[in-house]
Amino acid sequence: MNTEYFFRLFFSGLTRGSIYALLALGYTMVYGIIKLINFAHGEIYMIGAFTALIIAGALTLTGMPALAILVLASLVALLYSSIYGFTIEKIAYKPLRKAPRLSVLISAIGMSMFLQNYVLLAQTSNFLPFPQLLPDITLPESWQGIVTLPQFFIFVATAIVMVILTLLIKFTRMGKSMRATSQDRTMAMLSGINVNRVISYTFLIGSFTAALGGILISSYTGQINYFIGFLAGIKAFVAAVLGGIGSIPGAVLGSMVLGMAESYAAGYVSSVYEDVFAFIILVLILIFKPSGLLGKPETQKV
Amino acid sequence: MISIWFIFLTFPIMVMKVNTVTKTVVWRWHNIALIGIGTFVISTVWRLALERSQRERRPDEAVHHDPSSPAGAEEPAHPIIARYRTLLAAAMRPKTKKFLIAAFVVFVVLFPFISSLYQTSIMITALIYVMLALGLNIVIGLGGMLHLGYIAFFAVGAYTYGILYRFFGVGFWVALPIGAVLSVVAGVLLALPVLRLRGDYLAIVTLGFAEIVRIVMNNWTSLSNGPQGIGGIPRPGLFGIPLNLSQVTIYIYFLIVTVVAITIFVVHRFENSRIGRALVAMGEDDIAAEAMGVDLTKTKVIAFALGSLWAGIGGVIFAARTTFINPASFTVWESIIVLSCVVLGGMGSIPGSVIGALVLILVPEYLRAFSDYRMLMFGAILVIMMVFRPGGLIQKKRKAYTFDVSTETEVVS
Repeated sequence: MNTEYFFRLFFSGLTRGSIYALLALGYTMVYGIIKLINFAHGEIYMIGAFTALIIAGALTLTGMPALAILVLASLVALLYSSIYGFTIEKIAYKPLRKAPRLSVLISAIGMSMFLQNYVLLAQTSNFLPFPQLLPDITLPESWQGIVTLPQFFIFVATAIVMVILTLLIKFTRMGKSMRATSQDRTMAMLSGINVNRVISYTFLIGSFTAALGGILISSYTGQINYFIGFLAGIKAFVAAVLGGIGSIPGAVLGSMVLGMAESYAAGYVSSVYEDVFAFIILVLILIFKPSGLLGKPETQKV
Repeated sequence: MISIWFIFLTFPIMVMKVNTVTKTVVWRWHNIALIGIGTFVISTVWRLALERSQRERRPDEAVHHDPSSPAGAEEPAHPIIARYRTLLAAAMRPKTKKFLIAAFVVFVVLFPFISSLYQTSIMITALIYVMLALGLNIVIGLGGMLHLGYIAFFAVGAYTYGILYRFFGVGFWVALPIGAVLSVVAGVLLALPVLRLRGDYLAIVTLGFAEIVRIVMNNWTSLSNGPQGIGGIPRPGLFGIPLNLSQVTIYIYFLIVTVVAITIFVVHRFENSRIGRALVAMGEDDIAAEAMGVDLTKTKVIAFALGSLWAGIGGVIFAARTTFINPASFTVWESIIVLSCVVLGGMGSIPGSVIGALVLILVPEYLRAFSDYRMLMFGAILVIMMVFRPGGLIQKKRKAYTFDVSTETEVVS
C-alpha cells in the first residue's frame, strides 16, 4: 500500500511536471530572447484548451470518429494558439522593444487580464466539462492503479515535444538564429539575423507548446474555465526560474522537480497548501541560487 | 486586412458557444460583424497613434530643423493638448489657483450632504483606492519596483481589525494603529528577502507573497473563519455617540478624506526628502545610485514599509466600512487594479495617482451597463498606456532648479 501510494504520487508528480515543462519552455524561450516574463503565456494555455473544447464540441455533432475529432480539434487549437501568441507579441510587446523593462512587464500583465476577461465574456465563467479525447488503449495489468492512461499519454506527448524542440534548436537554421539572438541581440542583428522574425518564431513555438499542455491537462482533469491559465502560468514560471530561466533543459528539470515536490507535499502534508509550497520554493531558490539549478549566473553590465 | 485577421483569430471563441451537456452549438454570427468593424476602427486609430508617438519620440530633430523659432523648442502639440495646456496655465495663475483650491475644498466638504448615501459610499470606495494608489506609487512610481502583492498588505490591515475584533472585541481606533504597524512589519518582512531581486523576479515573488497570504486566510479557518469571512465588524464610533447608517457613512467619508489628505501630504514631503530622492535615483538606475552613495537596502526597506503603511490603514478602514471581509476581496486582480490606477494616472505623480484611482473606480460605477467589461478595459488600459503614453495621464514633473534670468536681473537692480 505504501509503496503503491508513493508511486502513484510519483506519477502524478510526473504528469504535473510534464505540463509545467510544456508551459515553462515558452517562458524560458521568450525570456532568453527578449528578457520578458510573458504573463500572457498562461492565457495562451487556456485559450488552447478552450479552442480545442469548442472545435471538438462542434465536430461531435457531425458524427466523426473519435480519433479524427481528437486530431482535428488539437490541430486547430494548436494553430490558433500559436497565432494568438504571434498576435499578442505584435500588439503588446513589439512597440515596446526599446522601452524600459517595467513597461513591457506591465503591458504583459494587461494583456493577460484582457485575454482572461475576453474569454470570460465571450464564453462563460462556469467550469465546462472537457470531453474525453484520448483514445482507449488498455495498459498492462500491473500498471493499473498506479498510472492512468491520460497520465501515460501526457508523458509520451511531452517527451516527443521535448525531443523535437531540442532538435529544432540544436540543428535548424532558425534554432541557431534563436540561440544567437538570446546571446546578444545587437550582434545577431549585425550578422544578418532578422531578429523580429526570430522573436515571432519564438512566440509561435512557445504558444504551441503551451496550448499542447492546455489540451492535455484539460482532457486529464476533465474540466476547464477561463481562470485555469493564471495559476498554471505562475507555477510554470516558478518551474522555469527553478531550473534557471533561459535554459531549456533547466526548464524541464525545474518543472519535474516542482511537479514532484507539489505532488508529494499534497500527498503527505496537506493538499490545500500546495500552492503555498510552490511559492515558498520559488522564494528560497531566488534567495539562495538566483540563477536556478542549471542557469548561468547573470553578470550585470554597467 | 487586420479586421479579417482578427475575425479569423476570434472566430471560435466569439462566434461558437458549445454546450457540451446538451451537445449543441450556438452560432453567434452577429459577433463577427462587431469584431470586424471594431478591429477596423481600432487598428486604424492604433496605427495613426503609433506613428504619432514615434514621431514624438524624436523631438530633438524638430528642434534642430528650426532652432530660431520659439515654438520649435516645444514638442509639436495636438490642438486639444494645446488647449488643455492653456487651460492649465490659466489655472496655475495664483489667484485662480487659490480660488480653485477653495472651490475644491468646499466641494469635498459639502459632497456627502448634497449627494445621496449611495454616492457617498461609492466615493469612500474610490478614496480607499486613492490611498492604495498613493501607497503603491511610492514603491512603483518612485522606486521603480514592480510590486504585484500590494493587496496583501491591504488584507493584513483588514484582517488585523477583523481578527482582533473577533477574538478580543477591539474597536476601530485601537485596531487602526495596530493594523498599520502590522502592515509595516509585513512589508519589512517581505522586503528583506527580496532585496536582491529586481524587476521581473520581484514582481513574481511579491505576487507569490500575496497568494500565500490569501491562501492562508482561506484555509486557516480557526483564525480567519476561512472563505466565509468575518462579519459584523463594527463601524468606527464617534466618542460613543450612536450613529445611524447615513451618519456613519458621512463620518467614514470625512475620516477617509482626512486620511487621504494626510497621505498626500506625507507622500509629497517624502518625495522631496533625502530618502525619497534616493528612491527615485534607485528607480532610475540602482548601480549609479549606489555609486553615488545611496544605501540601497535602507531605501528599499523604507519604500516597502511606507508603501505598506498606507495599505494597512486603508485595509482597516475598508474592514470598518464594509463590516465584512473575506479572502475573495484580496485576490491578485485587486493588486492589478491598483496598479492600473497608478499606471493610468502616471507613475510617480501624486495627482496622477489620485486622478487615476478616481477615474478607474468611479467611471465603472456610473457606467453600470459596462460593468461586465470593467476588467477587460483595465487590461486594455494597461497595454495602451504602456504603448502610447508610458508617462500616464499626468506626467510627473521633475523638480528642476531653473535659472530664471528675469528674477536674477530684478535682484541685481
